[in-house]
Parts: sequence; C-alpha cells; structure tokens
Amino acid sequence: MSTEATTPKPVELVNVQIDGVWHQFPKGTRVIEACSQAGKFIPRYCYHPKLTSPGNCRMCMVELGMPKMTPDRKPELGPDGKPLHNWIPRPQISCAQDVSEGLGVRTDSSMVQEARKGVLEFLLINHPLDCPICDQAGECRLQEFSYDYGQAKTRFLDEKVKKPKRVEIGPRVTLDDERCILCTRCVRFMREVAKDDVIGIVDRGSYSSISCHPGKTLDSNYSLNTVDICPVGALTSTDFRFKMRVWFLKETKSICTSCATGCNTVISARENIVYRQTPRENNDVNQAWMCDYGRLNFHYLHSPERLLSPVVRGHEQPDWKNAIATAAAELKAVAPEQIAVIASGKMTNEELYLTAQLAKALGVKLHDIVPHTDTGDDILLSTDRNPNTAGAKLLGVSASTPGANLSAVVEGIRSGAIKALIVLGEDATLAGLTSADLTKLTVLVTTAILPNATTAAATHLLPSAAFAEKRGSMINKNGRLQRLNRAIQPPGLARDDWEILVGLTEAVTESSLGFNAIEDVVKAMTAATPALAGLSLSKIGDLGVQLPLPANE
Amino acid sequence: MAYQVPRPKLTFAEKIYLPSVIAGLKITLGHLWRMLRGKTHVCMQYPEEKWDSHLPPHYRGAPTLVSDEFGRTRCVACQLCEFICPPRAIRIKPGEIPAENKFAKVEKFPEEFQIDMIRCIYCGLCEEVCPEQAIFLKKEYAITGTSRAAMMHQKEKLIEMGGIQPGVVNKWNEKK
Repeated sequence: MSTEATTPKPVELVNVQIDGVWHQFPKGTRVIEACSQAGKFIPRYCYHPKLTSPGNCRMCMVELGMPKMTPDRKPELGPDGKPLHNWIPRPQISCAQDVSEGLGVRTDSSMVQEARKGVLEFLLINHPLDCPICDQAGECRLQEFSYDYGQAKTRFLDEKVKKPKRVEIGPRVTLDDERCILCTRCVRFMREVAKDDVIGIVDRGSYSSISCHPGKTLDSNYSLNTVDICPVGALTSTDFRFKMRVWFLKETKSICTSCATGCNTVISARENIVYRQTPRENNDVNQAWMCDYGRLNFHYLHSPERLLSPVVRGHEQPDWKNAIATAAAELKAVAPEQIAVIASGKMTNEELYLTAQLAKALGVKLHDIVPHTDTGDDILLSTDRNPNTAGAKLLGVSASTPGANLSAVVEGIRSGAIKALIVLGEDATLAGLTSADLTKLTVLVTTAILPNATTAAATHLLPSAAFAEKRGSMINKNGRLQRLNRAIQPPGLARDDWEILVGLTEAVTESSLGFNAIEDVVKAMTAATPALAGLSLSKIGDLGVQLPLPANE
Repeated sequence: MAYQVPRPKLTFAEKIYLPSVIAGLKITLGHLWRMLRGKTHVCMQYPEEKWDSHLPPHYRGAPTLVSDEFGRTRCVACQLCEFICPPRAIRIKPGEIPAENKFAKVEKFPEEFQIDMIRCIYCGLCEEVCPEQAIFLKKEYAITGTSRAAMMHQKEKLIEMGGIQPGVVNKWNEKK
C-alpha cells in the first residue's frame, strides 16, 4: 500500500475541485477516496480500499475535468483565480483514478446520475427477488443504492437467466450465483490477501458466474472474509445462514480472543445471544480481515453446559458471598508456600492484576499461566493462542517464559508439598497434571465457564464470564493494548471474573479494596504498572493504544 | 392576561329551567312508551347474536398465516413483521427448507412462528409490511383462552386460522 511508505517524505498535496469546492489531498489519493473525505460518498461495488481496483462494476462513475491550459501550457484561471476545467464529455470511474493538480470532479451532475441509474438497471436485470430470504438484506449495497439511485420498476420483459443457487462453495461459505453482480471482490481477496486463488469467473456474458476451481473448495481459513466484502448476498456465511436478520443485531465493538493477534471485531447479538462476529477495520492490527477460526469461535458462549451456579464441595451454593467466604477461609487455612496459582493468558489485564493482588494477599509465590500454541500462519493467525500473554507477563502473573513454573506446581502437587491450587479460567490437566493429581489437593478453587477436568475435581467452583460478557483490556503480541466490551450478560449466576477475584481478595485480607466498578480496577492497575501509566478504558479507545513494550513474537 | 368568558343572555323560559326538564322527560317517556310496545332494540344479544355479518371488508381481527393454492405457507421468515410489530407480539425462528423438498427453491421457512395475542393490538402493520403477502388479519375477534399459553398462537394454529388464500402474487415459481 502506497500510503504506508516507511520513509517520512514530505507529503505532496494537490488541489482538487469537488462539486465546486476546492480541497487539498495528498498525491496518490484515489478520486473515490478524495470524494469520501470531502463528504461526497460515491457508490461502489467492486472497489475496496484494501484490494486492487479492476474498475469493472462502473458504479462509481463521476464527471472529471482537466484544468484548461493556455497554448503556453499555463492553467487558464477563472474570475476567482482558480483553474477552469475542460470537462470530459463522458463519465469516468473514480476508483482507478488518482487525484492530480487542478482536477475537477462532479459527483452528482445529471450525467452522473443518469450513468448510475443505467448501471443499476443493468445490475438488476438478472437479480432475483430474493430480499425476503437473503441474509444480506439490511446491509446490502444493491438494496441501498437501488433506493438511492435506482428506479422502482423494471423495463425488462424477458426471462431472467437461471444460475446455481444454494451452492456449498466451501465448508463455511454458501454461494448464490443469481445474486452475484460479478464485482470480483472475493476473487481478488482470495488472490491478494488470502493467497489461495481458488475462485474465479466462468462462462460468458450474462451467464458469467463465480465458481470454484474444479476439484477445489473455498476452504481457506480466511474464506469468510469474502462474505464480509461481498456487496450483495451472493456469498453468505453458512454458520450465520438464516439465523437472524441483521437489523435486529446490536453491534458491540470488541476484539477477538482466539489468538495473540487480537483482531478488532464487531460482536452482533440480539437479546443475549451472539449470532456472529465480524472484523472491524484497524490498520495497525488486522486491516479489515479476521480468520474463520477466530470468527466462529464463539458458539461455546451458548453451550447448554455453561456453568451457572457456584458449587462448593459438590453442592450448589447459589449464595456467592457464602461460596467466596468458604473458599477464602479454606485457602487461608493452608500455609502460603503450600498454595499455587494457575492463571490464564485468556484473562484480561484487570483480572491478571487482581490475580497478582490475590496471590500477594495469600502470600503465594508460585504462579504461572498455561501456554497454548498451535500452528499459525503469516497472515493473521498467531501460533500463540493465548490472547493476552503479553499482559500476563507485564503484570507479573506469568513466568518470564510462560509455563516455566508449571513443572514446579506439578511436582509440588505430586509430592504433597502443594495442598491448595487456584485455577483461573484454565484446565489444570493442560498444565501437566492428571485428574488423579487434582484429587490429592485439599482445596481446589477454580473459575471457569465450561466444565472440564479441573471443574470436576474442584472443591470450590466459581462460574465466570466469557469474552463477550465482560469488559477489560488485553495486550496483543505486538504490544498493542486493546479493549474488550460487553455484548451480552453472563448466564445464570455466573459473574464477571474481576468481581470474583475482588471478592476472594477482600475475603482473604478481610478489608475492602474499594473497587465498585471495572474502572476502579483499571485505575489501580495503571497506577501500579508504569507501562500502563495514564491509561484508562476510555483512553484505549476503539482502535487500541500501542505500548512501548518489546514485541512478544 | 385573564380572559373573561362572556355569559350568554338567557331568556325567562331558560332561566326558570322547568321547560327544559319537561322537554327531557318527553324524550325519556317517549322511549319508555316505544319500549313498552316492543318497538325499540337497544342491545344486541351477544353472543347469541353477532356482528360478524356487519363487519366491513377491511375489519382487522386476529393475524393469521395464509397458504397458497399449492399448500405452501407463504411465509418465508423474513422477520419484517417481527421488526415492525409495535407491541413486539411476534416471534419467529427461521429455518432452511431441505434441498429435496418440493418447495426447496424458497429456501427459507418459519420453523417457529408465534403471535402473543395478549400483546397483539390488531394494528395490521404485519399485514401491511409483509413482502410475501403471507400474513392477513382475518375477521376473528373473539380471541380467548384460559392460560397465557393458550393465548400464544403458534404456527400450526396460525396456519389453520389462515387457510388457503389464492389469487395473490406467486413469485416463487420457476420464472421468478
């Protein structure tokens, strides 16, 4: 991308007239972007700022004018001292044209309006009347621009061309060729970003259609991005298919917690049910993309197995105060050197800070997080599947190499030197322990959202909140501090992790920490952590803040 | 500024009030006399007698789901009625029509469709908004039940009440 030049060259600005008003733009800006920045949105289908411009949809046409020149190649000036224009007598596409000195643009002249209307009429000739059953309805560019620039009636008398519908083009993507307007955004995405060039256009004329290479499927881990960029309902997500109309969805800006990249996302939920996750543009993290693995990794939020109530020694204890008090009392009865803490790299910074406070209150020295790694790729997916390893290191919960202290915990439990274990949002059996080892413990306090081997052996089970159910911050692998937001409420009696940790710490120390809201925790954490000094959840903002930290990978 | 309401000038007959009383009694006694001779019909004997034959064609009774002449419930679960419904009486769970079904071309159907008739205000917006002409307000107005569950009209009940309504658009044919 030319705009991301690393050398700090002085930006050359050019003067451009858009609808009679003169603006200045850096050289190399596309006309369509310049118009958007000037507040004149140009309708487009094939153009996407992160992809190349083939200029094939013809929707973004504008009138362009070159500065009028005198015979000695000087611009001819009007009475206002600005150049006059020679308007090109036919409309031009604005997506493949860079701004130049003295350029004139008319975005809404009668010629432009006529051109848009004509283009839309052509696009709608073979388009089916699928809107009531189409998942794109409500966020469909064809619908939107038809309202804005189209006409209500069709002049087309012939039968529409039939094309394949409901095609499983990949394991996660459903294709409807009749709805396709052949903008080739998906083709370009797979070629340029996902580097898996499996889809293209086959056949000719009005029979042209999107298809997969014979013998291949659209099974890239980035395939669902084609669904996002498809301006119509041709490519739809099989997972989201017919689940919910988009106009019901409440959108919450958050981040993906499936790996250390921390892609910016939008969580779409209705009435406490998350229906989908989509990427949100952040040029410092994930551009406008995210991987399918992270995107679909939310269904466990609504698992029927979710833990809903605290359990103390096999008995449900719906009274949180009681559950926390007994857990704290039993922990205090154990000597500090006989206690260990296994935390998680999936916890937010605030929770990790409180974990450190709890460990301090109990006098525990032995604590670590469980590292999770898996194969990554060189696009977005990181090998580190803990979203907040950097935060765990920064706040001192993790060993300098995550997982280095775990062998000491395992040995301690096996030899009987460790009698009490606190497991936060993790499964201790993934840290090298067996279920039999866990039964040796006299106290096993755990927070969890889903049952696992640790919760089965826990003496005190405290159900907590999942990533879409809480607020907080995390630090990604490049040291960028980002914010999680609450999209839905935790189910049943499950509580926010920070409340559980504050409750435990207060019960252990028998004094109040004075934390009434997550903001209070953030305030205490940033005051105690030099790297986070002066920051708050609102200062992190939607796009996050780059911390001066050494990169994690 | 205070506004003084001008008092009407009353005649002597109006001032003594009696003529008005007599005029009123005349009407009352007139009704009594007609009633005694069995000539006045004030009440309709509901439910033995009903309004049904007098209902205008645009009468808005209970919302129902209609089927086309091929037996397909017209609803495709677009959820626009659920969206527009002012008291939020409608709940729909969309589903996918399996590929081997004879109506597979329609792709989508309501797996569940329920209208809470305790909430319904009979406004008719659902009928108006429906792009498939699938929901109609029929003339049934006596919607009663002995429990909340009975007042929840489920899909089967709505389809049964709607019946077959041919003659409206049929856009899901092969020529669509």
